[in-house]
Amino acid sequence: MDETGSCSANNVLTGTVRSNGTTMDKSESEFIEMTSGFLNQVEKESGIRVSACFQCRKCTNGCPVTFAMDIYPDQVMRHIQIGLKQEVQESATIWVCASCETCTTRCPNEIDLAGVMDYLKQSVVKEKGLAAEGKVLAFHQIFLDAIRKRGRVFETALVGNYMLKSGDWRQKMKDGTLLEEMRLGWTMYRKGRLKLLPQNIKGREEIKKLFDKKNRL
Amino acid sequence: MKVSYYPGCSLEATARDYQESIAYVCGQLGIDLEEIPDWSCCGATAAHNTDDFLSIALPGRNLALAEKIGLDLVVPCPLCFNRLKTASHQLQKGPREDRPYVYAGKTRVWDLLDFLSHPDRLSRIQAKVRQPLKDLSLVCYYGCQANRPPKITGATSYENPQNMDNLLKALGATVPDWSYKTDCCGASHTIARPDIVNTLVHRLYERALEAGAEAIVVSCQMCQANLDMPQKTISEIFRKVYDLPVYYFTELIGVSWKGPEVKTWLSRHMVNPEPLLKRKSFI
Repeated sequence: MDETGSCSANNVLTGTVRSNGTTMDKSESEFIEMTSGFLNQVEKESGIRVSACFQCRKCTNGCPVTFAMDIYPDQVMRHIQIGLKQEVQESATIWVCASCETCTTRCPNEIDLAGVMDYLKQSVVKEKGLAAEGKVLAFHQIFLDAIRKRGRVFETALVGNYMLKSGDWRQKMKDGTLLEEMRLGWTMYRKGRLKLLPQNIKGREEIKKLFDKKNRL
Repeated sequence: MKVSYYPGCSLEATARDYQESIAYVCGQLGIDLEEIPDWSCCGATAAHNTDDFLSIALPGRNLALAEKIGLDLVVPCPLCFNRLKTASHQLQKGPREDRPYVYAGKTRVWDLLDFLSHPDRLSRIQAKVRQPLKDLSLVCYYGCQANRPPKITGATSYENPQNMDNLLKALGATVPDWSYKTDCCGASHTIARPDIVNTLVHRLYERALEAGAEAIVVSCQMCQANLDMPQKTISEIFRKVYDLPVYYFTELIGVSWKGPEVKTWLSRHMVNPEPLLKRKSFI
């Protein structure tokens, strides 16, 4: 801690030379200014006590998708605690989270981690930030669009809409999987698992109003 | 017995086989499934991943409808179940500007598997068995949403659930226990990140085979899709031929009862589920 009472992450090391004699590049030698603003915001808006986390790592150890993450779940909690808002919002982790709820179930301090992941994703959407996993967000967006339109999800149009919204059709055309997807769709239709025509619920207007209301709240 | 029924969007289409087997089993048990009139989508993963208000409002609408009807509500899709239970907890905290529906919590919301494996129903299911599923080795795959988090679902055995195991044993099947029965299949990543699903599901296949299973049984249509549809692709990626049919527990109830429509449901699967049953002379 320095004379002003603020902590920096690497105040142990002087200058840009590490204790083993090697030199750090600039990005490593920038200190992290720890602030509690983001932690307070997350706790207030989500109602989840992230400050209770003491990094026991139980969440990360039970998480099935850590292999696809850039920041581990316990690290996400720590990032929030020390104010690294941008890093978590820009992480792939929050979108890779499959909401399996294993972390929430096992946390000894009863922190709803899956709920924190949801909150972080929602905050990226609210602030119109860039999602690290754009395709994952694109899928959620077309899914919600489908609900807004008819009140229920018309599954037949889902994959097509996703391909267009995410631009994934280009990648799939290149690697040859587009034809496979179309074949799968045809097989599903032949097996009676895809309807030809969508239906609208009677309460469609009520659903549309919910979508409008969310924008006003 | 009459109950309210919330099928959810996929039971109408991609999970038609599940829906058909559920209708048959409940029909035979004298359980009248009254579909909630004009029900709407629960919001699934998309809502809670992007919008807190919609994540409660969308399932909330259906809870309010169910409460007006006043019957217990049975839900076949574990994700719909989880979202309805989550909304139920939120809405019971009382009216608020951002909670557009009122729900007092008087309606009991059941996960279908929990409902059918309840002792009252299980004894009647067992009584109708005409051909015990002898020498059929099955592992039960529960997935995530029906049991976790226990504060929402009310599940008591969430690390090692046994209700599907017990049900299949009551049908005469051999049900080895395994430690991966609640390990995530990758859920909605199947569209945007199929690589994640392939990795997770490949693990599940390997562990099912290690346990000595000939097939996997599920109660979730999303899990069924993730275990059944990519099996050929996963076999190609990992250069090992997997032939693990994925049955709905209700389909196997129908098989043990010698139900007449069983082959129709089975024909809708991707991995052919008939050869295994034919080998054991069940169909």
